[in-house]
Amino acid sequence: MTTEIIKNIFRFILLLLAQVLIIQNINLSSYIILLPYVLVILILPFETNRLIVLGASFLLGVCIDYFYDSSGIHASACTIMGFARYYVLKYIAPREGYDVGVRPTVEDMGLEWFLRYAGTLILIHHFFLFYIEIFRASEFFKTLLRVILSSIATFGFIYLIQFLFLNNKRRA
Amino acid sequence: MKSLLAFVIKHNFIFIFILLQVVCALLMVRNSHYQGSHVLNSSNEVVANVYQTAANTKEYFYLKKENDRLANENAILRNFLKSNYAILPVKEYQRNDTIYKQQYSYISCKVVNSSVNKRRNFLTLNMGSQMGIKQDMAVMSSQGIVGKVTDVTENFATVMSLLHKDNYVNCQLKRDGSYGPLVWDGGDYQHCLLTDIPTHAKIKAGDTVITSELSGIFPEGIMVGTIESFERRQNESFYTARVKLSADLKKVNHVYVIKNKFKTERDSLEANTQKQDDDGNH
Repeated sequence: MTTEIIKNIFRFILLLLAQVLIIQNINLSSYIILLPYVLVILILPFETNRLIVLGASFLLGVCIDYFYDSSGIHASACTIMGFARYYVLKYIAPREGYDVGVRPTVEDMGLEWFLRYAGTLILIHHFFLFYIEIFRASEFFKTLLRVILSSIATFGFIYLIQFLFLNNKRRA
Repeated sequence: MKSLLAFVIKHNFIFIFILLQVVCALLMVRNSHYQGSHVLNSSNEVVANVYQTAANTKEYFYLKKENDRLANENAILRNFLKSNYAILPVKEYQRNDTIYKQQYSYISCKVVNSSVNKRRNFLTLNMGSQMGIKQDMAVMSSQGIVGKVTDVTENFATVMSLLHKDNYVNCQLKRDGSYGPLVWDGGDYQHCLLTDIPTHAKIKAGDTVITSELSGIFPEGIMVGTIESFERRQNESFYTARVKLSADLKKVNHVYVIKNKFKTERDSLEANTQKQDDDGNH
């Protein structure tokens, strides 16, 4: 249990630094923005208290805001995502509930489940993030395109991270 | 009261969520002028030091390129050396130096953080109020204009780049001086739009766009970019031109902060006139 908490804190710091020092500098296009830091929230264990999820999301958002010069925007979007996570998990839960010790990853739950879970949450996060950021109706469709393309890119990146770093269970 | 409290405790998840959202909204509203400055920004010491360390590391990879650029600039400056000029022996052409008073001075800064891929892009500089940098000073690189200072701490300053949704700098065509605001449409980081150019202006693709005295912060004649294409949109009596920026905002490393020594005087005069005018109307 304690190791799980330390692991998650470590992951929080690592992904935060990776996001602001490395991934922030990847400029694919102004329509494709990679924000894989949301993985911190996605990968928290199933049994985590939903209030802790909410608090962690807010904290993560505030940290990103500090680095991105975007007071409150990321914090708001992250909190919405942390809030939605509880309901998304409830909605797509298997009939017998989640097994103990299973993590919400591609490896443990399968790609289809993960696509539904992470895809929904990433879309929610990006949707609110980009619309709060622009806060203007005139660029509605441009922003929608940004949301969709960026969500796909972020999902791909997160899948890649999991594939490279997180499948230590079966290999061992 | 008791039942209300019980209700709040029962639905604590939703109430805490709403509370956090209110906090976020307050953070956003507290800096309504330019969202992104004043609270939670990267001129915060901890954040700026992380960026400074990263920038210091990154600098090693660009040393060669940076040296080339500086050598080029040195060569250009060398052309202005006094020893390169012959003294004219005609007395009538001599000018008294006291006629001129320096209006603009330049402070050289290093960029420790920058972005180009957001809708609101900022740069962080490694100098702040200690070096005399103040809000609303103009920022340029050796290739062209970059933006203006929005927020300053003792040792760092954040700059709103040209690539920001609220960016608004008055620029003019070098050819005939017709001017209009330069804005960014959120496309790629190399292009901005020069809007409101009157249709009688002689505009051509390839024309040079320079800063205008009207901007209030930039000296006249600093390079902005070149016009790539222009069009007159339906129902509009103005041209909108697509300008290719001469400064590569993705690679900008060293910048100059421009200090306008007459700015306070000019601002207070303009505010005064405006006030008198307003009073006269009432």
